[in-house]
Amino acid sequence: MSADTAKTKSTQEPTRREFLNLTGAAFGAVGTAAVVWPFVSSLNPAADTLAMSSTEVDLSPIEKGQSITVMWRGKPVFIRHRTEAEIEDARSVDMAVLRDKQDDKDRAQKPEWLVMVGVCTHLGCVPLGQKETESKGDFGGWFCPCHGSHYDTSGRIRKGPAPKNLAVPEYEFLSDTTVKIG
Amino acid sequence: MAGGQREKFKNPAVEWIDSRLPVFTLMQKEYGVFPTPKNFNYFWNFGAIAMFMLVTMIVTGITLAMQYTADTALAFDATERIMRDVNYGWLIRYIHMNGASFFFIAVYTHIFRGMYYGSYKQPRELLWILGVVIFLLMMATAFMGYVLPWGQMSYWGATVITNLFSAIPIVGDDIVTLLWGGFSVDNPTLKRFFALHYLLPFVICAVVFLHVWALHVTGSNNPSGVEAKGKQDTLPFHPYYTMKDTFGLVVFITIYAAFVFFLPNALGHPDNYIPANPLVTPAHIVPEWYFLPFYAILRAITFDIGIPFTDIVFIEAKLGGVLAMFGAIVMLLIMPWLDTHPVRSARYRPQFKKLLLVFVFGVFVLGYAGSQPADRVYWQTCIGSEAACAVDDHHGEVAHAAPAGEDHAAEEKAPMVLKVDNTMLAQFFTVYYFLFFLVLLPLLSRKEVALPIPESIHQAVLDKKAAKAADSK
Repeated sequence: MSADTAKTKSTQEPTRREFLNLTGAAFGAVGTAAVVWPFVSSLNPAADTLAMSSTEVDLSPIEKGQSITVMWRGKPVFIRHRTEAEIEDARSVDMAVLRDKQDDKDRAQKPEWLVMVGVCTHLGCVPLGQKETESKGDFGGWFCPCHGSHYDTSGRIRKGPAPKNLAVPEYEFLSDTTVKIG
Repeated sequence: MAGGQREKFKNPAVEWIDSRLPVFTLMQKEYGVFPTPKNFNYFWNFGAIAMFMLVTMIVTGITLAMQYTADTALAFDATERIMRDVNYGWLIRYIHMNGASFFFIAVYTHIFRGMYYGSYKQPRELLWILGVVIFLLMMATAFMGYVLPWGQMSYWGATVITNLFSAIPIVGDDIVTLLWGGFSVDNPTLKRFFALHYLLPFVICAVVFLHVWALHVTGSNNPSGVEAKGKQDTLPFHPYYTMKDTFGLVVFITIYAAFVFFLPNALGHPDNYIPANPLVTPAHIVPEWYFLPFYAILRAITFDIGIPFTDIVFIEAKLGGVLAMFGAIVMLLIMPWLDTHPVRSARYRPQFKKLLLVFVFGVFVLGYAGSQPADRVYWQTCIGSEAACAVDDHHGEVAHAAPAGEDHAAEEKAPMVLKVDNTMLAQFFTVYYFLFFLVLLPLLSRKEVALPIPESIHQAVLDKKAAKAADSK
């Protein structure tokens, strides 16, 4: 008898109370999420922070073999005027040895200009190698002093703990000597 | 706590309050006559000391907050103004700065006490877990506090630690942007860290309240690990332990004061007196000393975990390091279920005692490894041509014993450099850290034969006295 009622109960139409409980809980959850959303969203970048998110750089004073560092979104961006040897170095690498496989052609719109975010992809330090006197690591590119990541002349990770190549930001050449980052 | 029988107080004002809100009865019950095992040693002081440090940090912190400005353009100068211009600002800041270190000294000692005497065991598991939660909150609070002076270590420490979250698959980068409120550690980050640094200590207070509440339900553990069975085993908390705690506290404060007045920057890093500069990373980013063992564990994972000889990677080195670091604390959380040996105190568990002391030694070594550059070489020898090895040295190798560069490998027999570097040291003790929790503790729980434990605390005390008397004869 009791098993019988249990069976009929489970196959029965839901009661009015069950329906109200479920819809009540669902609306409660949606309402809570709607209240929490603005608070979490307020922690994300604000409009003025986003507005500062692009920068224009004049490339004309940079000689071959020189690098400059510009600020973009609070981060350093490395711009390097590469020499033929460096380009050759970067392009002749066997893909198989790369941790984060990426062709140099996909990293530089114009082979002589390498533009990338100068933030190590391990834990966010600024790698060395921008100045003539700084260590360039084992692959002639950049070297992160924090935990010993080596980057090559295309900014690709070759050795050390970093998982990815130095990021290439969105950029476009407005003229032959002006680049807009962001 | 209310209701039931309440003894009347003689003082009419006290009685008036107590009959309406029995706070005096509560204090009398929990801190006056509270039955406490009579065999405590000085390790049992550190709970009270930690409590004192929490109050000290809140008092000095609130005073500092009245002078501080959370803005990247002003924070460094505001801190320097506190040091130079604010009346006794230097003193209050040094008390706060060194207070963080001494709070951690007290808490680490307190945790060690708990491990050594088995205070995490049934029925005190929840008490222990609440303690680990306090420890986690303290680490978050200390980390955010260190960012506030906006020096180089503040900035780069914040950068490295927030970047840890980018290791989370798929959503990692979005989480980091959310934490920063921008595209790098910047003004929004500093402001929210200040808000949270002010908030979290009060959250800690709340959890401490629960911790003490749970303690007063189960009662304290003691050096023998045997539960108190009756009146002959305990003493009223006041005056016996109020006095013993006060004495220990005075000794602790004396050492603390010596640091505040004579070595105020000994535990800090000089780079933090350089204003934050997003374009220049300091040569060695080192966290505060109390994070070093965990930092060493983070850096010890330098390899991807996946299917060998293929490109398939399940856990990248970066994520692996982060998991290991948080895993190290999870080990503490689940410790009551890893060590199920019925005997609590290491006094009666000789094997556990040895392995635990090796564990503590390992944590100290990890701390040292965390303070050193990742590629520091402690020992190396050369197999094959000496000259080739010397050439190899100039590359500033980070990796393990590796064949030398291709150029001279062909000329002679490939020379090998065998070495022990900092990463290997950290890896060795990281392995022991996890081995201790995940293998040795469960194994000992089953296999270890304990020494005979005393019948009661009272008996333990009598035995000790007898042994001492025999010794002196």
